[in-house]
Amino acid sequence: MPRLSKKNPIDIAFSSVTAIASLSIVVFIIGILYVLFTQSALSINKFGIISFLTSTDWDPVRESFGAATTIFGTFVTTFFSLLIAIPVAIGIAIFVTEVSPNFLKGPIGMAIELLAAIPSIIYGMWGLFTLSPLMATYVEPALQTYLGDVPLIGMLFHGTPMGIDLFTASIILSIMIIPFTASISRDSFNLTPPIVKESAYALGATRWEVVKNVVLPYSKLGVFGGIVLSLGRALGETMAVAFVLGNKHQITTSLFDAAATITVTLANEFTEADTDIYLSSLFNLALVLFLISFVTLAIAKLFLLRAEKRYSR
Amino acid sequence: MNRQTVRKLRSIFALFLSSVAAFIGLFWLVFILGDVLIHGIKALNLSLFLEDPAPPGVEGGGLRNAFVGQIMITLFATIIGVPVGILGGTFLAEYARGTSIAKMISILSDIMVSVPSIVIGTFIYAILVKPLGHFNGWAGAVALAVIMIPVVLRTTEDMLSLVPWTVREAAFALGAPYYKVIVQVVYRGAATGILTGVILSIARVSGETAPLLFTSFNNAFFSTSMNEPIASLTVTVFQYAMGPYETWHAQAWAASFMMTVFILILTIFGRAVLKWRYKK
Repeated sequence: MPRLSKKNPIDIAFSSVTAIASLSIVVFIIGILYVLFTQSALSINKFGIISFLTSTDWDPVRESFGAATTIFGTFVTTFFSLLIAIPVAIGIAIFVTEVSPNFLKGPIGMAIELLAAIPSIIYGMWGLFTLSPLMATYVEPALQTYLGDVPLIGMLFHGTPMGIDLFTASIILSIMIIPFTASISRDSFNLTPPIVKESAYALGATRWEVVKNVVLPYSKLGVFGGIVLSLGRALGETMAVAFVLGNKHQITTSLFDAAATITVTLANEFTEADTDIYLSSLFNLALVLFLISFVTLAIAKLFLLRAEKRYSR
Repeated sequence: MNRQTVRKLRSIFALFLSSVAAFIGLFWLVFILGDVLIHGIKALNLSLFLEDPAPPGVEGGGLRNAFVGQIMITLFATIIGVPVGILGGTFLAEYARGTSIAKMISILSDIMVSVPSIVIGTFIYAILVKPLGHFNGWAGAVALAVIMIPVVLRTTEDMLSLVPWTVREAAFALGAPYYKVIVQVVYRGAATGILTGVILSIARVSGETAPLLFTSFNNAFFSTSMNEPIASLTVTVFQYAMGPYETWHAQAWAASFMMTVFILILTIFGRAVLKWRYKK
């Protein structure tokens, strides 16, 4: 570590400037927390913290607001999108590391990263104009006919399949978060020492057995970190979900119903908020989302750091 | 069928499933890009770039104000964000290398990269829009800069760390002060990497809509004043796609097509340069 004498005045100046620049990150985080807190003070004073989080009201006319409906929407879309995305992403990582011929590894890796580069508003538009009609005409009625009568799962598929609902939103969100888990998993899989895999092959294991019993347990931390990172990203997605979720504040048991997430509510209602308490409640929602995302991303980073430490032995 | 055959079949089946997964991923990519291509090219014409929007429901018109506005906002965001990011990354990789504060800022920066961009929009609204009393382009540019800074900072830090310490030692041995070592030796060595990081951050920020929704807002008219609401391509696509007019939908597709082409070219170019330069 360099302990260099900084007697040179230009060095002192340059190091101070760069130090201030790097501290901007800390300033942003503290600034965001402070601003969000002070702006939601009105709402916190009127509704209290616990009752705001558990209230299902969202009534601008009666000036009664609660975060329960939007938190529900956020969690449900995130949960189902992860449910769909994780197997696909890990499957892609296994394909790229084990199955694909060498010349395909680069292009397929690049293709998956392109999925991450596409702006979320493109996902939203495509979802609204292409995917929703397909969902409403073919997929959702089919799911309703085949799974609608199954005792517990059937409840998920009640209601009129309009295409603008939790189901479509979850699917679009899952496509968006596949690249994050896939590339981190692929990197983790590549870090398995070849000697460990070779000893498994020497014992007569099949390729899948090596993946299941050697590679996956070894890269647990990395894969988990990738999953939690996808979770953090999914929590904050706005535009992809805004087009196809319906923005209806309700808690529902059917995936074919419209709902609202915190991000979509902010996007649609922020500029429409006419009263101070309305705006303050929206800031309150933003604060809740920021705290949840921050903690989730911190956990993800923790896993990824542990994985890095474990693998660079 | 003995156990060995069963295990072999299980392996083939599992690997087949992983191929299906890869196919699914590629399928979505081709589906989405293909759709944008088909719908976008259909609606692409020269008036899109030369004319301002027509009144709602009236045929014709273009998105000149949105293209110009988007370029202006991105330009100012880059001017604000990139220097701060590069200087910050320099501090973490050079003056503070190995210290715990550098590790902390690095971790916080990684978290900031993935923080919801709409929350950043609300933050900037509270400090740059509410006090001024009106939406303005500067707020939009600053919001995008806040998103860019962590990205540029992290890539700069990574690229600078890749330059071997011995190169710096050689410069020190010649009597150079640290700042000269950084600016004339280390930056030169990491230039490709840092520049690529900047390009990738521009690609990321060009597609952002949420932070602009309540900072630069949108403008139906042509304006180059950053002190007022200014049109942006992304918010216009949002407005037009949600609108009821077919002409609006067509223009939204064309704008999305231009946006996607721009961002994909930047991303592919950036990643190709990184691979060429750093995987020798």
